[in-house]
Amino acid sequence: MLNRMFLTITTTGTAENPATDLGFLLHKHPDRVRVENQSHGTAHVFYPEATAERCTAALLLEVDPVALVRRGKGKGRGGAPDAALAQYVNDRPYAASSLLAVALSGVFRTALKGQCVLRPELPDQARPLRVEIPVLPARGGAAMVHRLFDPLGWDLVQAEAVPLDEQFPEWGDSRYVRLVLEGELRLADALRQLYVLLPVLDDAKHYWIAPDEVDKLLRAGEGWLAAHPEHALISSRYLARHKRLTQEAVERLELVRLAESDGSEVEELDNAVDETRDTQERPVPLAVQRRDAILAALRAAGAQRVLDLGCGQGQLVQALLGDPAYTEIVGMDVSVRALTIAARRLRLERMGERQRSRVTLLQGSLAYTDKRLTGYDAAVLSEVIEHLDLERLPALEYAVFGSARPRTVLVTTPNVEYNVRWETLPAGHVRHGDHRFEWTREEFRAWAGQVAERFGYAVAYVPVGDDDPEVGPPTQMAVFTQEAVSDTTTGATTDAAATTTDSPKEGEAA
Amino acid sequence: MTTETKRTLPVTDLSLVVLIGATGSGKSTFARKHFKPTEVISSDYCRGLVCDDENDQGASRDAFDVLHYIAGKRLAAGRLTVVDATSVQADARRQLVQLAREHDVLPIAIVLDMPEQVCAERNAARPDRAGLPRAVIQRHRRDLRRSLRGLEREGFRKVHVLRSVEEAESAEVVLEKRFNDLTHLTGPFDIVGDIHGCSSELETLLAKLGYEDGVHPEGRTAVFVGDLVDRGPDSPGVLRRVMGMVTSGNALCVPGNHENKLGRHLKGAKVQQTHGLAETIEQLSHEPQEFVEEVREFIRGLVSHYVLDGGKLVVCHAGLPEKYHGRTSGRVRSHALYGETTGETDEFGLPVRYPWAEDYRGKAVVVYGHTPVPNTAWINNTICLDTGAVFGGRMTALRWPERELVDVPAEKVWYEPVKPLVTEVPGGHDGRPLDLADVHGRRVVETRHLGNVGVREENAAAALEVMSRFAVDPRLVPYLPPTMAPTATSREDGYLEHPAEAFDQYRKDGITQVVCEEKHMGSRATVLLCRDADAARERFGVDGPTGSVYTRTGRPFFHDPEVTEEVLARLRAAVTGAGLWEELGTDWLLFDGELLPWSLKSGGLLRNQYAAVGAASRAVFPGALAALEAAAARGADTGALLERQRGRAADAAAFTEAYRRYCWTTDGLDGVRFAPFQLLAVAGRSLAAVPHDEQLAWLDRLVAADDPGTPGGTGLLRGTGRIVVDTGDEDSVRAGTEWWLELTAAGGEGMVVKPLQAYARDGKGRLVQPGIKVRGREYLRIIYGPEYTRPDQLERLRDRFLGHKRSLALREYALGLEALDRLAAEEPLWRVHEPVFAVLALESEPVDPRL
Repeated sequence: MLNRMFLTITTTGTAENPATDLGFLLHKHPDRVRVENQSHGTAHVFYPEATAERCTAALLLEVDPVALVRRGKGKGRGGAPDAALAQYVNDRPYAASSLLAVALSGVFRTALKGQCVLRPELPDQARPLRVEIPVLPARGGAAMVHRLFDPLGWDLVQAEAVPLDEQFPEWGDSRYVRLVLEGELRLADALRQLYVLLPVLDDAKHYWIAPDEVDKLLRAGEGWLAAHPEHALISSRYLARHKRLTQEAVERLELVRLAESDGSEVEELDNAVDETRDTQERPVPLAVQRRDAILAALRAAGAQRVLDLGCGQGQLVQALLGDPAYTEIVGMDVSVRALTIAARRLRLERMGERQRSRVTLLQGSLAYTDKRLTGYDAAVLSEVIEHLDLERLPALEYAVFGSARPRTVLVTTPNVEYNVRWETLPAGHVRHGDHRFEWTREEFRAWAGQVAERFGYAVAYVPVGDDDPEVGPPTQMAVFTQEAVSDTTTGATTDAAATTTDSPKEGEAA
Repeated sequence: MTTETKRTLPVTDLSLVVLIGATGSGKSTFARKHFKPTEVISSDYCRGLVCDDENDQGASRDAFDVLHYIAGKRLAAGRLTVVDATSVQADARRQLVQLAREHDVLPIAIVLDMPEQVCAERNAARPDRAGLPRAVIQRHRRDLRRSLRGLEREGFRKVHVLRSVEEAESAEVVLEKRFNDLTHLTGPFDIVGDIHGCSSELETLLAKLGYEDGVHPEGRTAVFVGDLVDRGPDSPGVLRRVMGMVTSGNALCVPGNHENKLGRHLKGAKVQQTHGLAETIEQLSHEPQEFVEEVREFIRGLVSHYVLDGGKLVVCHAGLPEKYHGRTSGRVRSHALYGETTGETDEFGLPVRYPWAEDYRGKAVVVYGHTPVPNTAWINNTICLDTGAVFGGRMTALRWPERELVDVPAEKVWYEPVKPLVTEVPGGHDGRPLDLADVHGRRVVETRHLGNVGVREENAAAALEVMSRFAVDPRLVPYLPPTMAPTATSREDGYLEHPAEAFDQYRKDGITQVVCEEKHMGSRATVLLCRDADAARERFGVDGPTGSVYTRTGRPFFHDPEVTEEVLARLRAAVTGAGLWEELGTDWLLFDGELLPWSLKSGGLLRNQYAAVGAASRAVFPGALAALEAAAARGADTGALLERQRGRAADAAAFTEAYRRYCWTTDGLDGVRFAPFQLLAVAGRSLAAVPHDEQLAWLDRLVAADDPGTPGGTGLLRGTGRIVVDTGDEDSVRAGTEWWLELTAAGGEGMVVKPLQAYARDGKGRLVQPGIKVRGREYLRIIYGPEYTRPDQLERLRDRFLGHKRSLALREYALGLEALDRLAAEEPLWRVHEPVFAVLALESEPVDPRL
């Protein structure tokens, strides 16, 4: 945890325009040490140097990590109902910059507003400033620092990566940079930029939420944010924190604990929902093509009761709801988080009763047989199989084709041959971090063929997306259709079926 | 029949007796005389209950609802029940017959057909009925007369009609046992599974069981679970043997579905000659007609199931849920012969059998056959003995009450099965694949060491995600290790944890001998090691891997299966070198241990969480200290702040040192070490209760065999330092404490204190913690932060809550033991998976993660 935050602001001057004016600007006397208690720790302001030529103000924030954790103390299990959350937050390089930003706005309140009672002319003057932050969490690294600060009129923007551990050079750099800014700016502008951009750079998950975030952003961004080329990024990162945090608090804790008990990072386990991709507003064309292909195949099969196995955030379920031909739609996923998002997207809570009765979302897993899944017309496994380790595929095969046994099964999966056509995909890389494998057309057909053979299905293949003459389509789809089964109720095929025909004699005790 | 004859009225001991007669015919008097007051439910009384007036006919509908409800509850509980209402109308009786059928008991009618005059006089003598019109009695008698001849057809299995006052008064009710009630027979029994015409194997099995020409010299009784005939080479031979033994009182036999079908054929019904019936008919055609007739009579007389040995044992062909035990109905017979199906069909077009045994919670042991299984296994007090002799498997018998299995192999495949006995479906090896119902939602797992352990729905949901998306094939994850509680918090200056409290706790639990084991700082690893790929296929049903190496959430340690196999190969060589395969009589072993270094598995966590803190500290302190010193030089009052920052800089450096000890660079398997600290299980045996000194002796031999100095040694294995402490001996306790101080001073993570006996209970019989960890002072910086040793922080941290962690540790321990017991007993995969999954679910319970 980063429980020390440190920032210096230096200015230079002359006898006429002494650097020590910084003390007036900051409203802090250069010969004193100013101590201010804040909710998460203590802020100290002091001046390592203060001459007419050069004056440096230092802000040292001491965060008390134990106090942070103990805030969650209560009577519940382990002493704190939310012990894990508090701990989790605290155990990470939390919101370092948010706290520093809070400290800035607290300690330098008047400077930030551009006010100075004793020397009212000072705030409007630009001064030579040097801002130094030895450790600054920066998601996106030095490049992001430049994107954010370069347009703001500094002469020098310097961001050096801090290595993780010199003893283990193979670990590479930390997420921290050492930041130096130099330029001639008004102090209030510099402080406001820091106030907004430090948390934006951090982009960490943290628990500190002020209720009026938008107002604060607009106030602090006055005069510079609107014209900033990255203002969209800045606003979304700045404001997204709130939403993301509250979601995590309710959805991730069980997985967080499992990751913790395994000595893993939570991202290793909780990656069912891809937050880096924009799945809501602008679905990528391939996803649309895939959905259209699936809908066409379902229509051709005459399916009415449909399973979407691995429904994710419910895009296909939504599409199916739009067609009254589908009388029963079941979306299943193993990720509770994905299902929660799906329910929110579909607005299940507000849906009319008739519509609502057509759709069911349930948690389930294709590694297990599941009686709830039997008796459906069709099942869709869209971009699902490649998220399973190959050795666990037979269990899925049995659960779907042997146990659930819908009349029609649609399986889509990436065609790895097409990957050479993705310009952004480095050679040899899979399309998604969680893909355990990606198949060529031949591999997919070999798999589908033997599954169909074993479980009594016929299989046909449909290209999805641009069918490249050389490498094939980006997505491949197999359409499995159950072959006519012998009528077991006649008792003609099996022993046990005889139950229905050989009615046993009535009880024998009489 | 004359009125002087004294009538005896047989009544089955569990039945619904319906008294039938007009008002005033003496039903209540009769009931009082022959049955216990609590056995009789009268409609008049029920009328009174619902409307305060026993004669208010307007309340009849509600009154009968109550009557049926009470009768239903009694029948469900297995109690003889007598309904005292007129029941002269067919509709009223129909409801009662239906009620009897719902509870699988026999409906019995006792009719009091008294002259009109008698009824009228009796009513006149009762003040509350004195005004009853004569026409009511006449109507009742009319209805009764009309009903009399059809009572059997209505479903009454016994009908007793008493036609005069004298007959009614002299009649005597005699309780009869049900045919299936042989609770008085105590055996000992030898219960034999499905035979299917394999007479040679049957003779071999009977001989192996000690029978000489159908008689056991020690007077044991054979019990056949049915399916004697069809498919096999000599059904008549089997019938002759079994019928002879039953007739001579040396055997009991329940019918299988194949006998039932053969019986229908022999009675002249038209049945399809499939599934081996044709073979039987052909074989019987060479037999004399008298024999065939004997067979027909034998089959006709078979009783669907038997309750034996004081109710402790139930034998039937296809299994029977508890509510059907000792019951008598067509439904019970059908279930006993055919079992229950789900209505679905599997990929072979065969009906899916309902897994009734998985729901079974009864006290009586149910022994059955019908469904060929590759291996017999106890499931919830039930066992299936059909091991597919006719399909080339084995013929199996169970000795009762010894519970020993005795089997003989088939001489050949006599008949090709429609569906392979062992399917390629994962888990099919054990009868069926894993089903979501085994793990999903709120669940209770029965453990033999700690009773019922509950799992909450949200925890099961998280476990489902991890188990499905990340874990190794569940067949290769037969165990997950429990979490471990730390020692009670120390008050010792500068320490949060100290051995004194751990020794104290065990002393209070009555444990004198404890072993302190060095705690390796890596990642917990469970290793399943098979002797070779064949052993893995045979025992765990997997094709290819020879074992698994997985984390505490069941995830594979190494992404590359070849690396896993290499680790297994090295471990295998050590086991071979130490001679443990032979010594332990096994071809697989399950290890609990630690895989090092920590950086191997937790690299991401280390870099993003721990190293990042170190990096930030190292980058921030020089500048901050220099600034403070400069300010101090200018005369600013930075005294306390500067001092504090210097201390913190030192703490941060110590923090970096602390995690660095557990990190080193590895290349492939170079630098990787495995430190096993317990052998959990081998074929047929859980080793969880083997004392730790014996355990460590085995493991020492493995480490020695893997020593790079010995031929074939690879240096993968690392030994575990230990010291045994007597908790009652001060010197010994001091030595243990010294040992811990030295260990942790040299950079060790700490130690785990365990009862030397491994499995231990305290004076009150409660399970004690299997281990208590005592972590080193420096190591704890990683957990509690660089500055946790500062007195103010330490004081606040001492206020920690261990109760939930301890309870969690015990529950997970009990689940782990349960998994090992089930694994050792070769129970099916889903049974082993159930407690394993529960451990994973419990790991997602909220608890202070620093404990």
